[in-house]
Amino acid sequence: MATYRYRTLNPVPFAIPRKPLSTARVALVTTGGLHAPDQPPFDCSVKGGDVSFREIASGVDLSSLGIAHKSDAFDQTGCRKDRNLGFPLDRLREMAARGEIGELNGRHLSFMGSITAPGRLIAETAPRGAEILVADGVDVAFLVPL
Amino acid sequence: MCHQTVGLIAGELERRGIVTTSVTVLRDVTTKVRTPRALFADFPIGYPLGRPEDADLQTRILRTAFALLTHPGPPPILVDFRG
Repeated sequence: MATYRYRTLNPVPFAIPRKPLSTARVALVTTGGLHAPDQPPFDCSVKGGDVSFREIASGVDLSSLGIAHKSDAFDQTGCRKDRNLGFPLDRLREMAARGEIGELNGRHLSFMGSITAPGRLIAETAPRGAEILVADGVDVAFLVPL
Repeated sequence: MCHQTVGLIAGELERRGIVTTSVTVLRDVTTKVRTPRALFADFPIGYPLGRPEDADLQTRILRTAFALLTHPGPPPILVDFRG
């Protein structure tokens, strides 16, 4: 990977918070390759990486989520024990209950992280995922790499 | 690659007015990608929220990452988690 040329955000897109976190609608975005039991898993055989994403309902039972991830670098032991390690939905539910965040969005997004050829991610799926969260009125997104 | 993916998605969200914050365990990659806001938590790949079944640590990481939302910038913002 020493020769891999990472994509760079330049200039860095930078939004300004419109409201305090205590009144904000928050969504979670993971690259953990998580999927609900009734959703197809990510396709680990796609060259360059599967750039699709799954919508995960906010009320989901975390332990029911499957993990389909291509990366050998990603030690899945911890996540299989506790999905919050890569998709901290329980923690966000607790923060919402305490009033630290306004509310959780009704759905969250799961991508698979092992994307070495991100052309279609940049052109298609990341914008589509972002538009979903915009349509939902999401103010803040928390992103977790796996 | 996961960290590059996070940065690229964050860019699409910020471009549309959604404020993002994130956690990273690979400081070098996040620096190269220029992710808008990231908290460097020095844990192994696969453990971005620290430790399984350690709700207290996970919450502290989340709170510290959310605190970056009011960081004045300029971006990219990359701050170390100090526990």
